[in-house]
Amino acid sequence: MKGLAFIAVLATGALLLFAASDFPAWGDKDSPASRHEISRHYITQSMPETSVPNMVTAVLADYRGYDTMFETVVIFTAGIAIIGILGVARFTDRESLEPRAETEPGDRDMIVINTCRLLIPIMQMFALYVVAHGHHSPGGGFQGGVILGASFILWAIARDLPTALRGIKPRRIVFLAALGVVIYAGTGALCLAMDARLLDYSALHVFLPPEAPGAVPNEIMARSHGMLIVEVGVAFTVSAIMFGIYTYLSTMGRLKGGL
Amino acid sequence: MDFLHDILIARLNYWIYVILMMIGLHAMIAKNNLIKKLIGMSIFQTAIILFFVSVGVKDGGTIPIVSHHGHDDAHAETAHADDAGEAAGHVDGHGEIDPDAHDNPLPHVLMLTAIVVGVATLGVGLAVSQKIYREYGTLEENELLEKIRSTDG
Repeated sequence: MKGLAFIAVLATGALLLFAASDFPAWGDKDSPASRHEISRHYITQSMPETSVPNMVTAVLADYRGYDTMFETVVIFTAGIAIIGILGVARFTDRESLEPRAETEPGDRDMIVINTCRLLIPIMQMFALYVVAHGHHSPGGGFQGGVILGASFILWAIARDLPTALRGIKPRRIVFLAALGVVIYAGTGALCLAMDARLLDYSALHVFLPPEAPGAVPNEIMARSHGMLIVEVGVAFTVSAIMFGIYTYLSTMGRLKGGL
Repeated sequence: MDFLHDILIARLNYWIYVILMMIGLHAMIAKNNLIKKLIGMSIFQTAIILFFVSVGVKDGGTIPIVSHHGHDDAHAETAHADDAGEAAGHVDGHGEIDPDAHDNPLPHVLMLTAIVVGVATLGVGLAVSQKIYREYGTLEENELLEKIRSTDG
């Protein structure tokens, strides 16, 4: 059985390596992926069309906004699935949120706790910066959301899980994750209500103040701001689900004890 | 020698992805332990992510972010043109963005979401394995099949 698997894997690898000889060389500017009109359009037109210098953000949240909306839904669904598989959280069970008897928070290492106390606000501020500055530098909702979720996880590791869960209750994890999807889909629906297509943020220009003469037109700025709104929605969902995955997996769904 | 150069040297990156992918695939097929299968799935995903990102690389290209200083008025544009040589020619004399100076953004976008979705699917996989462990007390596939057969029979 194992020999058979090894042969199958070797055959797949050999076929792929055989096909690789037709692939473009490393750094080839004329590779089919780079020569295609769509990627040229993204590189040359994303700045004039959306006023967002970071093309990755522009493609992610605007040109391929529909795709990203459902990526967010996938993450939300994964979080819900984990909660469903590992047992329903006893939302009203106060006892489950009490600190562990064997290790009171005071028993934990003072150095670890105080270091995290200094580190976590900086992490969270950096996460917010990554989300809000994703238009101009590497970053965006997914990256910032993961950093934000990591800061909650760090707190849960440094103290214990019940302490962290008193700050962010299990019910609130689901609420925040759903809120992110609602923000994203709601922005899209708002565009629909403005007689534009779904997620066509330029329709939101009516909410912006009148443009200054010579500045970027409002239709274009609206696309930039619309991206920021949906990135915030993505960050909500991703950070809540990252923390939710940690809390449920580290306790096998009991939400007690943990690491 | 030419053959070796074409296949091995010029496309060494593809060798790395294919070998990583083979490691992952073998772990998913041949390993008995469910956690090891999940580790294999993650290695497989890493290979695909590296492959996609490498497709977007261009010689002399930089990250797909337009070099800009504040808001682009006419003054800023001329400043751009002056330091164009030093800044690898992001913006040429006419303020046009040179497609060859930036990496392809599309693979980056696809992999950005794939990484986060990969984490989410891995989480679901681990949750299912934890549930299986709670029900059957083992994560070894052969022991699992035996226990399922004995409870069925």
